[in-house]
Amino acid sequence: MDPFESIKQTFFQECDELLTDAEQGLLAMETGEADDETINAVFRAVHSVKGGAGAFGLEHLIRFAHVFETVMDELRSHKMELTDEVAKTLLRAFDVLADHVAAARDGGSVDEARSAGMLSELKALIGDDLAAEDDLGADEDFGFVPMAVSIDSDETGAPAFDLDLPPLMLEPEAPPAGVWVIEFAPKSEMYAKANESGLVLRELARLGATQVMVDDAALPPLDQLAAESSYLNWTIRLTTEVSEADIREVFEFVEDDCAITITQEGGAGSPPDQPLSDDELAAASADAPFDIAALLARVQTDAPTAEAAPEPVTEPIPEDLDVAALIARAQAEPVAPAAPAPAAAAKAAPPVAANAGGPATAPQATIRVDLDRVDRLINAVGELVIQQAMLSQRVLESGLARSSNVVLGLEDLELLTREIQDSVMAIRAQPVKSVFQRMPRLVREVADMTGKRVKLLMEGEGTEVDKTVIERLTDPITHMLRNAIDHGLETPEGRTEAGKPAEGVVKLRALHRGGRIVIEIQDDGRGINRPRVRGIAVDKGLITEDSVLSDEEVDNLIFLPGFSTAETVSDISGRGVGMDVVRRSIQGLGGRISISSEPGKGSKFTMSLPLTLAVLDGMVVTAAEQTLVTPLSAIVESLTPRAEDVHLVGGKDAVIRIRDTFVPLIDVGVALGFRDTPMEAGQGVAVLVESEGGGKAALLVDAIQGQRQVVIKSLEANYQQIEGIAAATILGDGRVALILDVDALVTTQHRRKPAPKTEKRMAG
Amino acid sequence: MTEPSTQSTGARRELIAFRIADQEFCVDIMQVREIRGWTVATPLPRTPSYMKGVINLRGAVLPIVDLGARLGLTTSEPSARHVIMVVTVGSRTLGLLVEAVSDIIDVSDDMVQPTPDVACDTVKMFVKGLFAIDGRMVSLISLDRVLPEMEAEAA
Repeated sequence: MDPFESIKQTFFQECDELLTDAEQGLLAMETGEADDETINAVFRAVHSVKGGAGAFGLEHLIRFAHVFETVMDELRSHKMELTDEVAKTLLRAFDVLADHVAAARDGGSVDEARSAGMLSELKALIGDDLAAEDDLGADEDFGFVPMAVSIDSDETGAPAFDLDLPPLMLEPEAPPAGVWVIEFAPKSEMYAKANESGLVLRELARLGATQVMVDDAALPPLDQLAAESSYLNWTIRLTTEVSEADIREVFEFVEDDCAITITQEGGAGSPPDQPLSDDELAAASADAPFDIAALLARVQTDAPTAEAAPEPVTEPIPEDLDVAALIARAQAEPVAPAAPAPAAAAKAAPPVAANAGGPATAPQATIRVDLDRVDRLINAVGELVIQQAMLSQRVLESGLARSSNVVLGLEDLELLTREIQDSVMAIRAQPVKSVFQRMPRLVREVADMTGKRVKLLMEGEGTEVDKTVIERLTDPITHMLRNAIDHGLETPEGRTEAGKPAEGVVKLRALHRGGRIVIEIQDDGRGINRPRVRGIAVDKGLITEDSVLSDEEVDNLIFLPGFSTAETVSDISGRGVGMDVVRRSIQGLGGRISISSEPGKGSKFTMSLPLTLAVLDGMVVTAAEQTLVTPLSAIVESLTPRAEDVHLVGGKDAVIRIRDTFVPLIDVGVALGFRDTPMEAGQGVAVLVESEGGGKAALLVDAIQGQRQVVIKSLEANYQQIEGIAAATILGDGRVALILDVDALVTTQHRRKPAPKTEKRMAG
Repeated sequence: MTEPSTQSTGARRELIAFRIADQEFCVDIMQVREIRGWTVATPLPRTPSYMKGVINLRGAVLPIVDLGARLGLTTSEPSARHVIMVVTVGSRTLGLLVEAVSDIIDVSDDMVQPTPDVACDTVKMFVKGLFAIDGRMVSLISLDRVLPEMEAEAA
C-alpha cells in the first residue's frame, strides 16, 4: 500500500477512537457528570482530529473541527458556561463532525446545509469573536503540514526524520494550573532503606506532566564510585493542579533521607531557566537516534527546555536503583508532552493517567488478527472437542478400568480441550459496546425527527458476546430503539399532560443470564394500547373479531408481519415491517424476543440470544430410531402423555390436553417421514415446545436421552436446507444427528399435511 | 499409476473407475478427494430415495448419494464391502456410494466416444462419454447434477 495511504488509514482508525472518546465525554457533559478533565479530554480529541486532518489537507473537516474546538476551548477555560443547551448543541455538532470524518474517509460529501447551520450555531455559542478567526488561512496556529521536525536536526546531526508527527503539538496547551519545581536530592540512606527514586518520580508523574532533569555533577569517575552511595539529584518540573501538600505526600516515605525543596513557579508555562547547554546537545547528538525521542519530546513542548538530553548511556551508572530511575525518566519524558497527540492513543487510560507514562498505565497490548484465521481455529477446536468426546466414549466402551492411565490421561485431555475451547471462544467474544456506542446518535436523530425529548441510558456495555452475534445485533436494536421513541414515547406535551417529565427515558441494557445474552429496551412511554392493537389486528385480518386473547397475546400481535400501529407511516419506523423483521432476525440468531407493557407506564422488549452461534444447548431425543436434537431454548417442559389426554381432531390430527389446554401433538418420526404410522397413544414422551410466534405444540418422541451442548454444523454447506431441520451436529459417537427446526415443524404441521411420503430409509 | 504415453494426441488425464451393478463408470481423478469404507449414515427427512443421508467426515457433514440409485440402476443395501468416494462438485463435497473402485485409467481426450443417442433421460443427464478400455466399456459420468437441488438449478 502507498505509505501515505496507510498513514491516512491509521489516522482514520485513530479518528474513530477519538470520536468515541469525544462522544462519551459529550454525553457525560450532557448528563452533568463532566468535570474539567472530561471537557479537556473532548477538547484534546477534537483537537487531535483537527491536527490529523490538517496533515492530510482535509479542509472541510479542519474548518468544522476548528470551530468545534474553539467552543470546547471556551468551555474548558470557563469563559463559557456549560448549560444543557450547549451540551445538546455540541452533541449535534459532534454528529456533523463524525459525518465530516466519514466523508473524508469514504470520499463522500457532507450535507452542506446541515454543516453550515451547525457551524453558525456553534459560532453563536461563542459570540462574534470567532468571526475574525474564521478565515482559516489567518489562523496562525495551523502548522498543519506533515513537516519534518527539522528544528533540531541540523544541530544534532541526526538523520532527517520525516515523521508525520501531528504538528498540532506545537500549539501551546492551555495554561496549566500550576507549575512546581521540585528539587529532589536523595541521600545514600534512602537507598539503604530500599526506597527507590524511580518510584518517586513515577508517583510525581501521576500528578501531572513532569519534566525531569538529572544532575549528575556529583558523579565520580568509575574507579572512585561507591556502589551504595547516592550521587544523582533531580529537578522535576511538575505541571499539576494538586496542592503542595499532595506533592509532599509523594515523598512521605523518603523525606527524612533526602533533601527536598518544592517551589511554585511564578508564570505558568514560562520557559525554564536553564537553557540547553552545548555539552548536552553534543551528548544528545552522540546518542542519536537513541535520544531523538527525547529531543522530539522537547521540541514538541511549547518552549525549549533543558531537561531533555539525558546523559549518555555509556556513563557509569552508580547504582542499580538508579537505572530504574533513568528508565522511568526516559519513559516519562516522551510520553508526557505527547499526551494530546493521537500517537499517544491512550484510549484505555484516562487522560490524566496518560501523562504519568511508564508501563503502569500503558494500554493493554492487542493485536489485530484476520477473522478468517480465528474462524479456522474455532472450527479446528470444534473438531478437537468432537474427537476428544469420541475417543473418551470409545475408551469407555473398550472396558478399560476407570483408574487406568489411559482413562486418567483422557480426563486431563478433556479438561484441556475445554479450556482451549473456552479460550478460543473468548477470542471472538467482544463487548456489545461496539453496537451500543452507535445508539446515542441514532436516538438523537430520531428524537429530532419526531420532536420528542429523549434521554438514552445504557447499561452493561461491557457484556461480551461472540462477534458473529454482535454483527447481527445492530439492526434489531436499531429498530427497537426507533420503535421505542417513535411509538412508545409521547410528545413532550403529551408527557406533561400525563404528569411525566417532558423528557422520555429509554433504557438499553445488556446482561448475561443463564448462558445467554439478554438485551432489554425499555421506555417510559405510553405502553401498548391494547384495544387499538386488537382493533388493527382485526382490521387487517390477523385475528378474528371473536378471538379470545390474553393481554400478553395481544402485545405479541405487534410482531405479526404487516402490523403497524403508527398512525402515520413515518420514515423512522418503517412501514409496518419493523417488529416482524426484528423478530425474524432474532430468531435467525437462535434467540427469542418478548414484550411486557403496562399502559401509561411504558413497554419493555427483552431479547435473549445465545452467546455464540457455534454451539447450541440441546435436548437429545430419539424418534423412530433416529437421534435428534431439540434446541433447549424452545422447550417448555416434557411430559409422559396419557392415552386419555390424546384426542383426534378431525381425521388424524392429534391434540394433547395439557392442564386444560389443547395443543397439537406432532409425532416427530412421522412428521419427518421416518415412519409411516404414528406411535400408539400413550407411548413415548411429549416435549412441549413453544415456537417463536408463541404457538405451542407437543412433539412426540420415543425417548429423551439428555441435555447436551452441541456444535452446530451447517447442512447447507454440502447439501441444502431441509424443512423441519435447522442444522446438524456430531455427537460423541461420531455420528451426525439432526437438529430440529421447531418453528418449521410446528407451522408445517399447522399448514399442510404431514411430510410428503418418502421411502423408508433406515440406517443399516 | 500409468506413465503418460506420448503416442496419442489430446490432453491426457486420469480417471477413477468404479463398479455399480456390473457396469463400470469413471470420474476425473481430480474430483476425488478420498475413498473410504462405508459407515452408517444418518438419514435425512424429505429427501429423494437416492440420498442415503449424512455422515461425519472429520467434523464436516457429508451428504451421501447412492450413485446406483441416482443413475437408475439398483438401490444398494450398503454393506462393509461398499465404499464411499468423497468427491468435490463445485464448492460442495459429497460422498458417492459405489460397489467398488476398480481401476485408475489413463486416457487422452480423443479416446472419448460420444454417448450413443439413447432414449433414457438419466443416461443423457449423467453419461458424458464412453471409453473402451481393454474390451470393457467405461462410462464417463458428470457429477454436476448428482444432488437433487443441483438438478433443479440446472434444469
